[in-house]
Amino acid sequence: MSRRLLFISLALLLLSGLSAAQNLDPAQILKPLADSWPTYSGDYSAKRYSALKLIDQSNVKNLTLAWTLRLNGGPGNFGGVQTITGGEGPGEYAGGTNIKGSILEVDGILYVSAPDNAWAVDARDGRVIWHYFWRTRGGTHIGNRGLGMWRDRLYMETPDNYLVCLDAKTGKELWHVEISDFDLQYFSTMAPIVVGDHVLVGTGNDLDEPGFLQSFDPMTGKRQWIWYAVPMKEGDPGLETWKNLDAARHGGGQMWVPGAYDPETRLYIAGTGNPSPAYTSAGRGEGDNLYTCAIVAINVDTGKMAWYYQTSPHDTHDWDSSQTPILVDGEFNGRMRKMALHASRNGYYFTLDRLTGERLVTSKYSPTANWAKEGLNKQGQPVRDPAKDFHVGGSLVSPNNTGVTNWPPPSYSPDTGLFYVPRYDSYAMYYLTETDPRGAMGLGGKEEVNVASLGSHLAAIDYKTGKTVWSHQYPSTGGGNLSGILTTAGRLLFAGDNAGNLIAFDPSNGKILWHSRIGQVSNAPQTYMLDGHQYILAAAGDTLFAFTLY
Amino acid sequence: MRILTALFLLQLITLQANAQGQGGRGGGGPITQGYPQRPPADPAVVERGRMLYSTNCAFCHGADARGGEGASNLLRSEVVLNDKNGELIVDVLRNGVATMPKFEFTNAQVSDIAGFIHSFRVGGYDISRQRPVTIVVGDAKAGEAYFKMKCASCHSAAGDLKGFAARINDPRVMQQTWLLPGARGARPSKPIPTRVTVTLASGQKFEGQLVRIDDFLVTLASPDDTQRTVRRDASTKVEVRDPMQPHKDLLSVYADRDIHNVTAYLETLK
Repeated sequence: MSRRLLFISLALLLLSGLSAAQNLDPAQILKPLADSWPTYSGDYSAKRYSALKLIDQSNVKNLTLAWTLRLNGGPGNFGGVQTITGGEGPGEYAGGTNIKGSILEVDGILYVSAPDNAWAVDARDGRVIWHYFWRTRGGTHIGNRGLGMWRDRLYMETPDNYLVCLDAKTGKELWHVEISDFDLQYFSTMAPIVVGDHVLVGTGNDLDEPGFLQSFDPMTGKRQWIWYAVPMKEGDPGLETWKNLDAARHGGGQMWVPGAYDPETRLYIAGTGNPSPAYTSAGRGEGDNLYTCAIVAINVDTGKMAWYYQTSPHDTHDWDSSQTPILVDGEFNGRMRKMALHASRNGYYFTLDRLTGERLVTSKYSPTANWAKEGLNKQGQPVRDPAKDFHVGGSLVSPNNTGVTNWPPPSYSPDTGLFYVPRYDSYAMYYLTETDPRGAMGLGGKEEVNVASLGSHLAAIDYKTGKTVWSHQYPSTGGGNLSGILTTAGRLLFAGDNAGNLIAFDPSNGKILWHSRIGQVSNAPQTYMLDGHQYILAAAGDTLFAFTLY
Repeated sequence: MRILTALFLLQLITLQANAQGQGGRGGGGPITQGYPQRPPADPAVVERGRMLYSTNCAFCHGADARGGEGASNLLRSEVVLNDKNGELIVDVLRNGVATMPKFEFTNAQVSDIAGFIHSFRVGGYDISRQRPVTIVVGDAKAGEAYFKMKCASCHSAAGDLKGFAARINDPRVMQQTWLLPGARGARPSKPIPTRVTVTLASGQKFEGQLVRIDDFLVTLASPDDTQRTVRRDASTKVEVRDPMQPHKDLLSVYADRDIHNVTAYLETLK
């Protein structure tokens, strides 16, 4: 009897130990980024600044490869583990695996994703623990920005618009729910953001359908609320900025990149996508097309918008404002302010007050951007020059469609007070190819032909002035394709260039301290700490690389 | 219906490798869709549907169902996109909606109308229907004057550009080519070689065509095509001469009108 009791208590002890090992209390995400990486941006502020400093300016030159792992998505068993298969469709994506999002690190396990695929990987040696594969119905397979985690569960969006809930320990599916309509040609790539008992998900669409953010119950997958980025019925605010209700309801504003979260105000602060049709905009009317191309603050409990600031009124180039804003508390004009910093795809940088949405700074951080008229309007917004939309004979526009920056996340270091962003200066000719005055749907109606790259840069911006304090131009002969950015308390900045190097910079001046040519870095470098060792983790296409000091 | 859709999807699914909407690159390359187009309907159904649509719907919704003054574009409508064979459209037709009156169609007629509306291709990469005849819209004379002012120090109509427009038939390709020779969409689409000189600490010098460069290494090819990669450090001097720099410098100078005029002028060099 006593032996049996001992066995039971031992078993219980073991079980509790195990569950603790793969269990993320949502309160943990409230802590500033340090040992683990429990959410898309590492923490809710989206600074991508880690308090870890074992690796620093003095020893980074000794950074060594700890392990590497090549991932191969699809239905076949992988890495000696049996693949768990789910999904509603018949299909397998024909393209290769490309990791273009964040990787979670919780209790020594990495959770990695690519479209239709999720893996658990041992963070110490790069061994695959389980692999989950989703059979797709289709949809645009452009990327997957990562997983969300709540207690012992993981959440993944699929290109064919499901939110899939997995058991973090085994990779087995617990449930999946449809989050947007496949027949309306939505596709879903965002990393779900867990805030308390909310799982926030956004989707994408290129066919004139409305953008929205939804919140789901992490236990059941039941929807808690939906917030539309465009007016959906008569009387909705912002409707006056559209030609009519039908135009607004087809006005886009997709929320496909994760935002930041301010626990104090319970506001989720994120960017909305471009209005649609993206280029031929006559059908949208002359107005600003709210709330597309804006930074919006949504209450996570109610799904109601507290404030907005539009960074591209009436955009006509598919330059969304989805780029993750960074929440910073700091001095501005002699007093402490709570701010949100945002570098937009359109080439303009903004400092906002995150309690009210008040604009504090606007600057043009791409010297070549030429789509707006000289100066700013009273609200501090760039003013679109309609002559630079497109032309039958071509209009020479900077930037090209990729934008000055895109989804690869920026970073902010409190050590330097600087905001870091990958910047790409470029020109393209935009030809109007649809002369029907009603225009085209979606991304149609124009053809964009690239002309020139004027350089890819790492730019450091002072949030107080919007001015670029320093920038490093990568000397590569190639164009864009820059990675996201990580800064650390070791006074280091990690970023990928456009020639396949992972580089460590001095964030105060852009001096290069270390590099390794691992291939085109396809996400943003990350860091975590295990057993007293700090690791630097980056993905290049289908391969993960973990570096450490020995 | 779901199985049918699935089977169809299996055949048609060519997933987009590089969509523009979310951060892809623009400018060329075939665009394939991750969304199945509907299987082609019986032409007789489409034709019957077209007749019914023309007499009853086209006045407001346009002959191509893309909407008109006062009535919406049907192709992107939620009801139409979710509808398979008229089962959703029927309610709108029978009951009317907002300013749209009721219609008394039989089930077969509704199905025919649905067949017609569903016969249009629908996608985010909407194919242009009314394309302009030409991209040449400028004034050749003004273009000649601009050419003399900005281009004639390096180029001449009787010299290197003799017969330029005859060599490149497509005016758009020609325009992209003079804006930046060697760029994507231009001809030749191979970059014009950039020259590089590398001087080592020892004073040893290498000169050649730039193959690849980053902050750490530089690779150059000598005239016999042998490649040499040199490690860059503080004592290594690297001088890159981009022959396209004058073209790049002009990009912030041109007004679109200048570009159109120069193209109109160069079009006369046949």
